[in-house]
Amino acid sequence: MHGEGTMPALAFGALSYDVAHLLDGAVLTLSFALLYQRRITAVINIYALQALMLAAAAAWQGWVQDAWHLYLTAAIAVAAKGLIIPIALHRIVRRLEIHRSVETALGIFPSMAIGVGLVALSIMVVLPTTLQAQAQTLTREDLALALSVVLLGLLMMITRNNALTQVVGFMSLENGLILAAVGAVGMPLIVELSVAFLVLVAFIVFGVFFFRIRDRFDSLDVSHLDALGETRL
Amino acid sequence: MILLGAVLTQILHLALMFVLAPVVVGLIRLIKARLLGRQGPPVLQVWRDLLRLLRKQPVLAENASFVFTAAPVAGLAAIAAAAALVPSFALGMVTASLSDLIVLAGLLALARCTLALAAMDVGTSFGGIGASREMTFAVFAEPALLMVFFTFALLAGSTNLDLIAELLREGTLGVRVSLGLALLATTAVAIAETGRIPVDNPASHLELTMVHEAMILEYSGRHLALIEFAAALKLLLWLTLIAALFFPFGAAAPGAGPLAWAGGIAAWIAKLLVLAGALAWLETSLAKMRIFRVPEYLAVALLLGVLAAVFLFVSTGFV
Repeated sequence: MHGEGTMPALAFGALSYDVAHLLDGAVLTLSFALLYQRRITAVINIYALQALMLAAAAAWQGWVQDAWHLYLTAAIAVAAKGLIIPIALHRIVRRLEIHRSVETALGIFPSMAIGVGLVALSIMVVLPTTLQAQAQTLTREDLALALSVVLLGLLMMITRNNALTQVVGFMSLENGLILAAVGAVGMPLIVELSVAFLVLVAFIVFGVFFFRIRDRFDSLDVSHLDALGETRL
Repeated sequence: MILLGAVLTQILHLALMFVLAPVVVGLIRLIKARLLGRQGPPVLQVWRDLLRLLRKQPVLAENASFVFTAAPVAGLAAIAAAAALVPSFALGMVTASLSDLIVLAGLLALARCTLALAAMDVGTSFGGIGASREMTFAVFAEPALLMVFFTFALLAGSTNLDLIAELLREGTLGVRVSLGLALLATTAVAIAETGRIPVDNPASHLELTMVHEAMILEYSGRHLALIEFAAALKLLLWLTLIAALFFPFGAAAPGAGPLAWAGGIAAWIAKLLVLAGALAWLETSLAKMRIFRVPEYLAVALLLGVLAAVFLFVSTGFV
């Protein structure tokens, strides 16, 4: 499956293909870095870096596909997810004084091993199912990589106790969605815009939520919420 | 004529490896000292220390067996054999057909085992601790390294280092995600194998945190000189291996003349300077990690290696 024919610029072995693939791979590697990292400030910094990589991937796709709206997507990624959200998260961390906290619910190695399994799973799922769709090689592999990023974001939400790192996991999941949207040729801008706004809204809601949890339990550890549920029942 | 060229490049390669190994260690120390705002020893200080140690009489423990005296020689021999196999400035050396990646891994494992045996030979506690830690790290580092090697074997269709380097040098394979992941994994393994920060501190004076230094605490005189030299050669070997696999530009083609060799040597030294500078910078910006976190760190390297192999299936159109 070398995807020749319709768009020779995206053929396997061509520079545009390689660079797009490399940028997607960098986003995925940063997802693994998020899973590996225990310290909250480092997690936020890696998230910002991932958003910048995503922006680079979007801009590259914009150049390859000659689609101006992808540059806008890249600009949104840099501004909102590369700058505003990380700065706001850093401020929350400072205000809640949790910058020293170190935590994972599951060990580093088990979560990384599950992560590699998830990547293999998404490749096994995406490649055979899109075979009939006559999709281009780049789109199919883009989709596999993006699905891996989504699954790793979900995994991060599961393996963390702290509400803040769970939110970072959620937002990295959203990065995976954007990555998928960027790779598909002809995806209208409105989809990406709505997803970006969704994240901003979710971020604001979570911001309020953090302070609520904090006021109530003196901690951002969501396992306290389990105890609350049991007393009710 | 081609055979003559192959023999000459081989001799020149080994001579350069032997001469440059302590120089590279000295250079890294100098760059680190400068980055920390110190004056630092001259680059040739490592050579001077080695020559001085060679003149000193070794002190042996009463219960030291032949393993203790044979290990420095055996270890250096294994590392030197490995160093002969890694192409530095020219491809197609005499040993090109022998330079298999798995042979390389085996020779490095042999050197490590002889040193670990020697560390336990005298029966001091620190030697035992060092040997046990070294072998614990090796359990994780070797599979990671082999995964990277398998990735290259899948890419090039061979485990022969010379063939792989030649294929990569031509650049027909392009930029690959797998190569990026493999570079990360190889760097992590190389740092662990050569005992640099954050895995082990080569300048450590605290016995409890030592790994490599704990194993050689009992050594002195010319034995110590051989071990230190083997460690320096191993560092240069890893830098050359990374340069050959990931930055294969500028190496002389098989059968090329002396002019191409000169270009290859210049390119090789430039690559070594960049890698040594990067290593020194990395070492000054990181703190040494706890011993118990090292297996975790190497497990991540292993997973990156696995991921590199998985991606190879993706980018070649696995259906």
